[in-house]
Amino acid sequence: MRLSVRHSTLYQFDAPMRFVTQSHRLTPASNGCQKVIDWQVSAEGAEFGASFVDGAGDLISTMTLQGPVERITVVVEGTVETSSGDGILRGHREIVSPLVYLEATHATQPNRAMLDLRDLAVGGADGPLDRAHRLAGAVADAIAYTPGATTPQTTAAEALELGQGVCQDHAHTLIALAIAAELPARYVTGYLWTEGGGETAEASHAWAEIHVGRLGWIGFDPANRCCPDERYIRLGSGRDAREAAPIRGVSRGGGGEALDVSVVVAQQ
Amino acid sequence: MYDGKQVRPAYRQLVDWVESTSPESLAQKKQEAEALFRRIGITFAVYGEGGDTERLIPFDMMPRVFTEAEWRKLERGVKQRARALNAFLYDVYHRAEIVRAGVVPADLVFRNEAYEPAVVGIEPPGRVYSHIVGIDIVRTGPEDFFVLEDNCRTPSGVSYMLENREIMMRMFPELFRSSRILPVDDYPQRLRRTLASVAPRKCDGEPVSVILSPGSFNSAYYEHSFLADQMGIEIVEGQDLFVQGEFVYMRTTEGPRRVDVIYRRIDDSFLDPLCFRPDSMLGVPGLMNVYRSGGVTICSAPGAGVADDKAIYIYVPDMIRFYLGETPILKNVQTWKCGDPSDRKYVLENLKDLVVKEVHGSGGYGMLVGPKSTKEQIDAYAERIKADPGDFIAQPTLALSTCPTFEDSEGLAPRHVDLRPFCLVGQEVHLCAGGLTRVALKEGSLVVNSSQGGGVKDTWVLAD
Repeated sequence: MRLSVRHSTLYQFDAPMRFVTQSHRLTPASNGCQKVIDWQVSAEGAEFGASFVDGAGDLISTMTLQGPVERITVVVEGTVETSSGDGILRGHREIVSPLVYLEATHATQPNRAMLDLRDLAVGGADGPLDRAHRLAGAVADAIAYTPGATTPQTTAAEALELGQGVCQDHAHTLIALAIAAELPARYVTGYLWTEGGGETAEASHAWAEIHVGRLGWIGFDPANRCCPDERYIRLGSGRDAREAAPIRGVSRGGGGEALDVSVVVAQQ
Repeated sequence: MYDGKQVRPAYRQLVDWVESTSPESLAQKKQEAEALFRRIGITFAVYGEGGDTERLIPFDMMPRVFTEAEWRKLERGVKQRARALNAFLYDVYHRAEIVRAGVVPADLVFRNEAYEPAVVGIEPPGRVYSHIVGIDIVRTGPEDFFVLEDNCRTPSGVSYMLENREIMMRMFPELFRSSRILPVDDYPQRLRRTLASVAPRKCDGEPVSVILSPGSFNSAYYEHSFLADQMGIEIVEGQDLFVQGEFVYMRTTEGPRRVDVIYRRIDDSFLDPLCFRPDSMLGVPGLMNVYRSGGVTICSAPGAGVADDKAIYIYVPDMIRFYLGETPILKNVQTWKCGDPSDRKYVLENLKDLVVKEVHGSGGYGMLVGPKSTKEQIDAYAERIKADPGDFIAQPTLALSTCPTFEDSEGLAPRHVDLRPFCLVGQEVHLCAGGLTRVALKEGSLVVNSSQGGGVKDTWVLAD
């Protein structure tokens, strides 16, 4: 499947900023299931530099802008040829040990309720792959997709207690459960093409990867009760949403900011 | 100091001096020394005591003395250890051969709190992660030196080493005229050269180094500004630096100036809000990206803490054999891991004879000194160990060497000491001929940490 992406993020500042610095994880890596045809990240008036590929195989780049800055739009445009690989992350170059992903962060810290849910889900499971599938199913059952019920700061424990959330909450909760089951797990960001196309809230998407023995990393998308296939473009990863965030930024000097994100994923 | 009943030759001259000086005059000298310290302003924040936390670290005028021959052996041992620790750090952030070979357990490295996934695969200049290695050493016999712990991040105390010497030279110039004592005052310039020697690959001119401090509210700010002053480099805070394009710049009155090497005295988690804690106001947004893309060097390297963890300490002799193919010159203290069931059993049965430490702790906080503790304290500590056994290690109480120390009522009396020499690692490895001798001022006490009632002394290496 050939997918084109246009992802723009507009920052509008109440008062002009002295400077804006951002770290971008906005460029997908080619792997066994996706081949990047063309890809470009731009922002008018900004300087790009200090780029490198990190140990998990993500291209990271730095964007700086000297003030006064009143507004800035970061635009990502590109085309990727995708194929389905049963959710298995094949041919991705990375050197970080999977054991690193057994350590929970604040957002993915398992609590008592999760340990109970884990026990319920994996009881009688046949091997790590089966355990991973069952945990993903348990998260989909436990948290109803409800936009607006949670915030970006909501932890896995809070989302599970609430029983509502969005893809970030599904992914965090699955990571917490997997860690509690001694399976390395991480947060993955990317884009999702949906039938009917056009602009959807879920086009900028997130899911989890669980490391399953010899198979390696396998994607699980509890929000859609499936494993990533040719509709998915994988962007980057981290131990939680904050570490994996496509854009992490600091703006200094002004007041508040308003954000407007638009993502269009289309089949070519 | 004592060799059987005999005063060791290295101390002979000092003892003659003490014996020929009146107690009144010594008492007066002690007051002078304290006044000098107060004027210079070396105080030390003590945590966990409440109230006024700034206080003076007690200074003892009686120096600790090494002969050059003794020192050369120590030097070889410390440098060997510093090289092995850096080789380990490079390895665990790349192919982790030592883990693949089964020498160090994978969990201990990759699940360590101090292991930093964000720096996996990057190439620090010279493959150096820990540029200033402070190794805490105790002596238990003429030839027996044991390493208590390694400090690979930012070992503090070097300003005391330099100031103690400065004050001794001012107060007792006659002692320095009659003995050939190896200098320590070249340390700041050596540190400056070490920093310049690890300039990033993108640096094309004379490297510019700075000290990055959390600011004047930090307990070690005195040391930061003292070192900056001695090295002749700028001391900056996070807000004085900014990232633009490929590099880090410092704001100056003459406009932005590119910075090549940052000797940072802030913790990893505060370095860059775009990589670590987003609420950090002490760091520099984007700094880690510039570092990882080779535009600036950070000393010590982020993630260096994984080598000085007390659980990793056990494996340092193995590292020396694995990376250097050498026999360890300095010994490790026997250490029991409470996470190991049979070790734990032994520890819990022998708490009254052991020293127990938190794996991630430092500064002598939260430790149990069995022989000095009540039954209630020991029982309470045993419960802590049982709750989180992996967080504790135990060591025997060593028969630490003592060093003559001025004591108000007794004159000179033996007190237990340890030593922290400072090893610089850049293109070359250099050990400063001296260090920080810490002394347990309470009679019989084995805890030398300044936060726990310890003091400091000058450390002399007498030239042959």
